[in-house]
Amino acid sequence: MKSPLDNSIEAHGLVREFKKGPRAVDGIDLRVEAGEIYGFLGPNGAGKSTTVHILTTLLPPTAGTATVAGYDVVKEGPKVRKAIGAALQEAALDPFLTGREHLRLQTAMHGITGDERQRRSDELLTRVGLTEAADRKIKGYSGGMKRRLDLALALVHRPRILFLDEPTTGLDIQSRTALWAEVGRLAKEEGVTVFLTTQYLEEADVLADRVGIIDHGKLVAQGTPEQLKAEIACSTVEAVPAESAQRGALASVLEQFGEQTTGFGPGSVAVQLADSDGNLAEIVRALDGAGVVLSQLQIHEPTLDDVFLAKTGRHLEGSGDEQEQEQEHEPARA
Amino acid sequence: MSPSLVQAATLGRRAIVRTARQPANVIFPLIFPMLLLAVNAGGLRSATRLPGFPTDSFLAFALAVPFVQGALLATINANVEFARDIQTGFLNRLALTPVRGIVLLVGQLGGLITIAVVQGVFYLVVALAFGVRLASGVGGAVMLLLLEVAIALGFAALGSWAALRTGSTEAVQGLFPVFFVFLFLSSMNMPRNLIQTDWFRWVATINPVSYLIEAVRSLVIEGWNGEALGLGFAAAGGLSLFGFALATHALWRRLERT
Repeated sequence: MKSPLDNSIEAHGLVREFKKGPRAVDGIDLRVEAGEIYGFLGPNGAGKSTTVHILTTLLPPTAGTATVAGYDVVKEGPKVRKAIGAALQEAALDPFLTGREHLRLQTAMHGITGDERQRRSDELLTRVGLTEAADRKIKGYSGGMKRRLDLALALVHRPRILFLDEPTTGLDIQSRTALWAEVGRLAKEEGVTVFLTTQYLEEADVLADRVGIIDHGKLVAQGTPEQLKAEIACSTVEAVPAESAQRGALASVLEQFGEQTTGFGPGSVAVQLADSDGNLAEIVRALDGAGVVLSQLQIHEPTLDDVFLAKTGRHLEGSGDEQEQEQEHEPARA
Repeated sequence: MSPSLVQAATLGRRAIVRTARQPANVIFPLIFPMLLLAVNAGGLRSATRLPGFPTDSFLAFALAVPFVQGALLATINANVEFARDIQTGFLNRLALTPVRGIVLLVGQLGGLITIAVVQGVFYLVVALAFGVRLASGVGGAVMLLLLEVAIALGFAALGSWAALRTGSTEAVQGLFPVFFVFLFLSSMNMPRNLIQTDWFRWVATINPVSYLIEAVRSLVIEGWNGEALGLGFAAAGGLSLFGFALATHALWRRLERT
């Protein structure tokens, strides 16, 4: 029987530098327990894919150490590759081959032959719902179908650890939900450890047991979604005045309850409450006392975006564009 | 069968299937060299009247050219696809499996050589249909196809090196005119001893493509010429070894996996 350590991922001081570029990965320390779904959340260009490339042995680190399935990613690459499955950022499929032919190729590369090859291919096609489309060429597949096939290909050799690099980017909500269900099933029923990168807050929140937030190559926060949100603790109140002339008065009142924050609807004023027990009734009374008439009032529970904002000073949405521009001169493989 | 052989065969099969499913990649390498052969055989027929010209059929004389052109075209097409594999991340997918780098390269080259041989058979059948007779007989036809394998391997290895080194489909396509310069500066249209311009004769003499063409040509118009065949196989073998060494190094660099 395998020890629980066999399915874990561990990194210490992981660094990857590119020529003439910033550090794509800058001293990452993390540990993913066996059977856990770890969500690696960050904007585009934050260093998520580079970290995945290092952990999957596709890219050697400049400094630091990492073990995957108990094997050193630098010294024991072949053993790591045997233990892991990976669906990288682009569903790298051959448009001229069919789904079944992809599985045939992938099983052969893993040394699975004969009846087992056929059995495994059929089983995976059924599992990802591609049995009917199995003999169609990939160029006729939708984005969701490609992603599902990509997942099937990553699973042919029954890996103990699965790396999924932005598996749902560009997918519609139905395809996304179906993929989440399958990933959740793999972790819960088969005990597969899942390292999942994403730029979607909801994905990390719904799917991940624990989340690591990465920004500019550094891990800025780590914990369960609940722990991370609890660190921020406070809700945000957003209000829209009935008349725009009252916006100043509204801000003055709300600022008594917390610090003003940005990123909400145009014309609205939002404050992150200073007190975790912020009382909405008190706020309403204060606004009433100041004669401010509202057209909308909402209270937002803390989200992972609030955590990102608290740790980096920016909202997750849109912050990737800036980082992508910074890293444009990096090699494509990064 | 050993796992490595199964892997190489599967990769080779993929290269063939992918090419077969792109009609432009099948038809153009078959038709273009034949059209060029027809034009040259018609337009340069009078060259056979030159004193010392080795045959009275320019079609038979020029038949060697499609074999080299076909190998070139197959090489370019297949290696453009190989470069695309790098661009799309397909090579990374393969790199994440236990497959050895050398098996990846052998599989890719194997598929490409198979395509070149099929093309060679087509050129031979067309030439026979138009009245060309191989002076070396049936055995010569087999030898001709073996030579085609060696030629295709040489060009394919160099093309794979370009694909692996650059990872760019444009760069591989850019090789096409470079290869064709070598073809045009060879003895493709005239025996070397009949080339009047000194510099051209000198370039054709140091150009390995001349020896590839002359080896094929010898089987068609002369019969069994050990020297021509030896030089042809040596040139193809040299190109293959050189290309394979470069491609292996580029693969090692490209698959930086630990």
